Amino acid sequence: MSPPSAAAAADKLSHFVSEAPFDPQSAVRLTPEQERFYLASQWKLMWWKFKLHRVAVVSAIILLLMYGSTLVTEILVPYNLHTRHTDFIYASPQRVHLFHEGRLSAPFVYELRKSLNMETLRREYTEDTTQPHPLRFFCSGDPYKFWGMVEMSFHLVCPGEGATLFLLGTDRLGRDVLSRIFYGARISLTIGLLGIAISFALGLVIGGMAGYFGGWVDLVVQRVIEVIRSFPELPLWMALSAVLPVTWSPILVYFGITGILAMLEWTGLARAVRSKLLALREEDYCTAARLMGARPKRIIARHLLPGFMSHLIASATLSIPGMILGETALSFLGIGLRPPITSWGVLLNEAQNINVVALYPWLMLPVVPVIVIILAFNFFGDGLRDAADPYR
Amino acid sequence: MLRYVVHRLLLMIPTLIAISIIIFVIIQLPPGNYLESYIAELQAQGESVDPQKIAFLRKEYGLDKPLVEQYLYWAWGMLRGDFGYSFEFNLPVTKVVGDRMMLTMLVSGATILFTWAVAFPIGIYSATHQYSWGDYGLSFIGFLGIAVPNFMLALVMMYLANVYFGTSIGGLMGPEFIGKPWSWAKFVSVLEHIWIPVLVIGTHSTAGMIRRLRANLLDELQKQYVVTARAKGLPPRKVLFKYPLRMALNFFISDIGSILPHIISGAEITAVVLSLPTAGPMLLGALKSQDMYLAGSFLMFLALMIVVGVLISDLALVALDPRIRLQGGVAR
Repeated sequence: MSPPSAAAAADKLSHFVSEAPFDPQSAVRLTPEQERFYLASQWKLMWWKFKLHRVAVVSAIILLLMYGSTLVTEILVPYNLHTRHTDFIYASPQRVHLFHEGRLSAPFVYELRKSLNMETLRREYTEDTTQPHPLRFFCSGDPYKFWGMVEMSFHLVCPGEGATLFLLGTDRLGRDVLSRIFYGARISLTIGLLGIAISFALGLVIGGMAGYFGGWVDLVVQRVIEVIRSFPELPLWMALSAVLPVTWSPILVYFGITGILAMLEWTGLARAVRSKLLALREEDYCTAARLMGARPKRIIARHLLPGFMSHLIASATLSIPGMILGETALSFLGIGLRPPITSWGVLLNEAQNINVVALYPWLMLPVVPVIVIILAFNFFGDGLRDAADPYR
Repeated sequence: MLRYVVHRLLLMIPTLIAISIIIFVIIQLPPGNYLESYIAELQAQGESVDPQKIAFLRKEYGLDKPLVEQYLYWAWGMLRGDFGYSFEFNLPVTKVVGDRMMLTMLVSGATILFTWAVAFPIGIYSATHQYSWGDYGLSFIGFLGIAVPNFMLALVMMYLANVYFGTSIGGLMGPEFIGKPWSWAKFVSVLEHIWIPVLVIGTHSTAGMIRRLRANLLDELQKQYVVTARAKGLPPRKVLFKYPLRMALNFFISDIGSILPHIISGAEITAVVLSLPTAGPMLLGALKSQDMYLAGSFLMFLALMIVVGVLISDLALVALDPRIRLQGGVAR
């Protein structure tokens, strides 16, 4: 072989470089449909997959409605949270009628007549069917302060003049149970979200540190998690909320309880983050980031966490119901939230003994939204988790 | 095996110490202590308080010493089986709680058995009949079991049991047996009453276990050895019973670790509603009246129950599962 000539070497140096911009589709041209699919972002893929999960979509809509209702609770319900009707104590649920004396009319209610049964000493309520009281819609009724600030009296539906509208009955102070359930949603629903936000942050930071640094940090975190998990949740919650000073204002108690619920829930998330990070930190892209001088905080938050964020959100969703149930249980036992703050648990506190089951079963109705919200969160979380899993 | 047991036992010690420190901090957190509120109560009733007696009580309970010393005193006492003194009942804690701890263990144990008995067949059915109507229906019931707060379930069950079976309301035995020595009639009475709490406490953990068992078994059924066994022409029933089911059995034991805290939590609140003579109502009462030694001992006892339960399940798993035994690894 002869050595390459000088001319050939010069020719090689001045090799051809195309000035035209690179077209990634020069080899295979994608159809617009394919393009839409192959170039879709992770979140978009998740959304497509999530849409296929019918039950999860329905649950998502229910959740949206329930959370949406908390924004305009005052307008949706016929009565105020604390309005008492001293003439109607333990009134049984009232029916909305459509037919008066066999003739169809606008939805109306009959007036309630109270009588005392002298044998059982129970108040008994009967409908006075002589005169219908049509419901008023988009009307002015029981005055309230919208969001505790603006004085208003606008309601979606009000009882007819001279009549009452207790669709789910009243409690021992004559307060409308339906209205109270709607108001209770405000507290019960936000306590789950707020709690999960706190425990999510805790789980990310603590689990992230344990997984990324390993060594003694990991060891300590592991031990702490193990200790926390070997407590039975509810008794520990009970102990902690019994510790909250009695002198605290109800709103402080609310935040205190949220904090207590969050303090025990972060362990599951921290574990998931840790085990994922332990594997991911050995990846080449992580090493590359480290070699370029990125700080641990940046590597964790910028390069590692986004990789499985969707999965984390899904599992966080699945732990919200536990918190809602926890708050309900604590308030039911009388060591959680206290009136005047009203959550579903506080409402159920009234239904604590067997007399209620026997005599005033409608006082147990706040349990229905609890069941609905927990089912909805479970199905929604399941759908989210399936959608976030790229291998399914 | 022996090395593993010793290792696990040694590992328990720091965990238990940490748990006891946390509990001690919690019971010390409320401002004031029972003695102070006791004095205040006496003064409010117009009774004179003998300062000498107060000083004696303070010294007796070590309330005049620094916190660390109080903790050591408390922890050392527990090691010797002395759980402190219940201010409310004026009795040593061990005297107050002894029987209740027993019954708590009885109810929890019965609930675990119930969970197994129900979750096993349903989990297998759901996994082998995936996406059938039966699977959907059972899954939905399972979800309901998770969603219904067990205190409400307890209330309704208690009412129904009273109306339809005439079982006396609340308690673990008929009123005529309380405080009596154990006899056959008392045992029968306990059996008549225990099914309500067991059912109520068990629903939540049963539902959870069915879901986990189903997922586990589904994973197992897709493995290659099952395909091989099927390809060889083994009848489906035999394939199922010979291999994947055995795996599921292991899962049953390892799952105790995750259902035990739930069962004990559920047992507490259910016990309050049903007024069972177990730890729950008394723990609640102690927490409300800040009878902190009593509350602390209950918490310690419940945590100990979980730690020991998980330990037993881990050890049983090591004994059962050759894969773990040979690798010498930890089960969970």
